[in-house]
Amino acid sequence: MDSYDLLFGGGRWWIPLSEGALTTVTIAASGFVLGAIFGSALALMRLGGNAVARRLADIYTTTLRGIPDLLVIYLLYFGGSGALGLIGGFFGATGFIGIPTFATGALALGVVSAAYQAEVFRGAFKAIARGELEAGRACGMSGPAMFRRIVAPQALRFALPGLGNVWQLILKETALISVVGLVELMRAAQVGAGSTRQPFLFYLSAFVLYLVITSISGRLFARAEAICARPYRRA
Amino acid sequence: MDFRFLGETFMTLLAALPLTLYLALVSSICGALGALVLALMRLSSARPLSLIARAYVFVFRGTPLLIQLFLIYYGLGQFRPSLQMLGLWPFFRDPIYCTIAALAMNTAAYGSEIVRGGLAAVPRGAVEAAIACGMSPGLRFRRVVLPLATRIALPAYGNELIVMVKATSLASTITIMEVTGIAGKLIAETYRTMEIFACAAAIYLLINFVLTRLVLTLEWWMSPDRTTRRVLEQIGETKVKVTA
Repeated sequence: MDSYDLLFGGGRWWIPLSEGALTTVTIAASGFVLGAIFGSALALMRLGGNAVARRLADIYTTTLRGIPDLLVIYLLYFGGSGALGLIGGFFGATGFIGIPTFATGALALGVVSAAYQAEVFRGAFKAIARGELEAGRACGMSGPAMFRRIVAPQALRFALPGLGNVWQLILKETALISVVGLVELMRAAQVGAGSTRQPFLFYLSAFVLYLVITSISGRLFARAEAICARPYRRA
Repeated sequence: MDFRFLGETFMTLLAALPLTLYLALVSSICGALGALVLALMRLSSARPLSLIARAYVFVFRGTPLLIQLFLIYYGLGQFRPSLQMLGLWPFFRDPIYCTIAALAMNTAAYGSEIVRGGLAAVPRGAVEAAIACGMSPGLRFRRVVLPLATRIALPAYGNELIVMVKATSLASTITIMEVTGIAGKLIAETYRTMEIFACAAAIYLLINFVLTRLVLTLEWWMSPDRTTRRVLEQIGETKVKVTA
């Protein structure tokens, strides 16, 4: 069978590959959302007045940005499985219980990207003009109203370029989750390479698919930035 | 806490440190040279050259490093007969060479954007002064443009070097037993995840701490003017305080 036939003809390998690509995007999105939640908590800790909280958030970001992500994935996968094994042992189960790989992957991406997203959010918040917050307070706005009307729309605009970078980073990081066996694009390519003995064809196809995903999302982020900048164009 | 186990694990992982450092060092040096070439191509007035550089950067920054590594190590293995005929097989058969090739090609793409920024930020006046002194283009580049651009690009390039140190961990996926590879093996054997993770993390943090110091020292050494030096010394001091 030639390459074309293997992928689109009788081999029909395009199906598992595109399913893998879909999983890649899904897990990246899950990791991104988790990272946004952890990241905003970290940003609040770093912006807040509590010195201990600030210090803890600082240690978290420094550590997570200084160690390989593969180690974090190992920690969560084997650590999580160990914890599950303990719980399972309590109920009489024996042996190794693997924790769901999708959950591990999403959590790992969230934990790692939170360190980067925290910095992005912190910078975006700091970029908001102090005067606007003071004006809001002078008008008698409550805290949540100020957050919704003044802070959130502007912080989002300032944060978008940084968030776009983090998203690209996460997309590329999803490939690492293949090491714990989640069948995303990378793993799907490995499976195809293994069973057809055509590694070059499969890794190249995955390579191209990654390129498509990252360039489409790059375009989308550029569009979103343009939309967010619209109200400020005529100043 | 089992301190004996922690100590033993730390020593086992430390034995793999030279390999991690070797991978990071060689690929960073090759990658920096590649980055410089790519940046010059990108800035050159010859359109094909700048197009090639743009395409290269787009492709390597748009795909995961892991797949680049697999494409080189496993993918090219498919062409073994042709590679053997060309005499290139000993290179592509060796996981260490393949890792270095993948890391260097990857960091060259990211680094070229940093170097390009540095080259673009060289003050126009300095170049004009060099021309006025009658320097030849080669001499001008070597004596004026390159030193200034290096100094401007260094802080950002330091981040790229840290990324490289972390990226060496991917070598473990193609059977190389560097620090992460050993840590993964130990975890799978003993299931003492937390202790082993802590030891491996400590080693990487230590490397990156020393690396940031080195970059800062290099920056200090490359800035003969007093003000920049004073600022750098201040940054250095606060960083020491933060991490101590």
